[in-house]
Amino acid sequence: MTDAPRPARLGAADEALPDGPAHPSAWRSLLGPLTALAAWNALFFGAALWRPAWWLGLAGEFVLIVMAAERVGRRVPPRGRRLYERSLAFGFPVLVLVAWQLIVDANILSPMWFPPPTRIAAALWDLATGYDKFSGTSLIGRPWLIPAAFHAHGLAGVWSLFAESHVWVTLARVVAGFVIGMVPGILVGVVMGINQTVRLMLDATLSAVYVLPKIAIFPLVMLMFSDPFGEGPKITVVAISVFFLVAINTMAGVRDIDPVFLQAGRNYGARGLNLLRHVIIPAALPIIFAGLRLALGTALVVIIAVEFLRAKQGVGFITYYYWQVLLPDKMYAALFVVMVLGALLTFVLQWIERRVMPWQRR
Amino acid sequence: MTTVANSEPRPPKIISRHVSKVYDTVGGRVTALDGFDLDVADGEFVCVVGPSGCGKSTYLRILAGLDTHTSGTIRIRPGDDPKKPLNAVVFQEYAIFPWKTVIDNVAFGLQMRGVGRAERLAVAQDWLDRVGLGKFAGYYPHQISGGMKQRVGIVRALANDPEVLLMDEPLGALDAQTRIVLQEELLRIWEETRKTVVYITHSLDEAILLGDRIILMTAHPGTNLAAFEVPIPRPRTVATMNLPVFAELRAEIWALLGREVNRAMELMA
Repeated sequence: MTDAPRPARLGAADEALPDGPAHPSAWRSLLGPLTALAAWNALFFGAALWRPAWWLGLAGEFVLIVMAAERVGRRVPPRGRRLYERSLAFGFPVLVLVAWQLIVDANILSPMWFPPPTRIAAALWDLATGYDKFSGTSLIGRPWLIPAAFHAHGLAGVWSLFAESHVWVTLARVVAGFVIGMVPGILVGVVMGINQTVRLMLDATLSAVYVLPKIAIFPLVMLMFSDPFGEGPKITVVAISVFFLVAINTMAGVRDIDPVFLQAGRNYGARGLNLLRHVIIPAALPIIFAGLRLALGTALVVIIAVEFLRAKQGVGFITYYYWQVLLPDKMYAALFVVMVLGALLTFVLQWIERRVMPWQRR
Repeated sequence: MTTVANSEPRPPKIISRHVSKVYDTVGGRVTALDGFDLDVADGEFVCVVGPSGCGKSTYLRILAGLDTHTSGTIRIRPGDDPKKPLNAVVFQEYAIFPWKTVIDNVAFGLQMRGVGRAERLAVAQDWLDRVGLGKFAGYYPHQISGGMKQRVGIVRALANDPEVLLMDEPLGALDAQTRIVLQEELLRIWEETRKTVVYITHSLDEAILLGDRIILMTAHPGTNLAAFEVPIPRPRTVATMNLPVFAELRAEIWALLGREVNRAMELMA
């Protein structure tokens, strides 16, 4: 009973199969989503639905654009694959910005609370080129003044330009805290990974402190410094949060080493520092770097929060400051700077990672 | 048939008498190795065969100094040059370092013994050339195939010039075809170097093809079951496996080994 219809069905399927990638119906499949997109827009504009239900309109557009992009994606030749993927990755944020601009321009959302991208860009330009005489600060330290400052006051002049910059101050705090926390973190992590006694003694304590939100100990750290409002506590709290993440990940990395590598190392005569340098550290590096990436993210969260709380300078400070004085354009601009800072630091870390672990390069 | 070791005037290279290994576990004491005896003559190629879990790898690791034994005597007689390492292990999982280039892996033992960079790289390059990996010296392990990785593992041991070579199922992780190629290569290299070798394997064919002598072990706990001389003259090739004497010896050994393998399976169930 089941045998009889099968050949017939197979034959039918054969005839229905497309001839190959160049089949004309390939591009025709795009027509569906594009027509739907046009109809969706016609409906929203025609029935004046944008104002009451703009979020629904955008959700619909998003779904239809995804459907259209998928159909394009199926037809992209291998050579164009990279371009296609890049266009999706960069096209999406552009679309979001355009939608944001249009919605605010149409006064559906208030430009007071949701400044459109063009006004944020203008505010960013103001911040980057301006100088706050009242607080004596600027966003990036007015690098165009470097030649004049160097001419007038030498290196001290250039230094004072860096010192007035929000970006450089935050960068210095993050990098200093990161390095100060990372070095002992790796050391303690390696010792905990190798030595069972140390691990048993420290592991529970470290794990307990680890779950404590690091920003919570900021008041405690301020208490420990003679100048509670200076740079010391800020860098220290970043260093502490980095330390725990790096130590715990390094320990995991060292413990995770395939024992056969340690046996091979010892069998071929590596002892003590040689074993550490040639086997243990390189074997644990991938997980150590995973820890460093996590720690970098945490370091940024912590420094921004600290600057919200207690700082007269820094990108976290200006973000909070422009909220307090109710200048959302500049607040968004400052947030954008925070984002760029994070992306930049992540990129630098990835670059170092590739340099330190060339064997992982594809 | 007297053993080669007895007719030699020199003492054996490896002496192991009544070697036992007992593990203390939560569930009680587990005997992995129970009074195992093995003497290996200088320049002899000995293959140790036994069912899974018979402790043959444990014995090799004790011999390599990577594990301790509970009782018995085990030692490798040092050679004339005190700087030469006593042993070097070729591991089943290759265990070549992914973070070092092929040539740095091969030179690793020499580096740890303080041999200068130029000299150790020259030695390593020479060994790589001998196994046809000369032009892969600068590659990282992830860029080469499994068969090539184990070639690197083998020449890393040989470049270290140990008194004895300890091989722990070195071809176990390779596919059947690559395995045959590497067996031929091992035969060729051994003809050139005539190292003392202890070779652990699951494969009876491999043991007969490579070894001068085959030591059979019992299933858990492992100890001596029987020993066979391999009367096939060298040099051997993979074609040696087609000789009638090869098949006869295999049948004779399997009669004993098969029973132990069955017993091992019952023990595991």
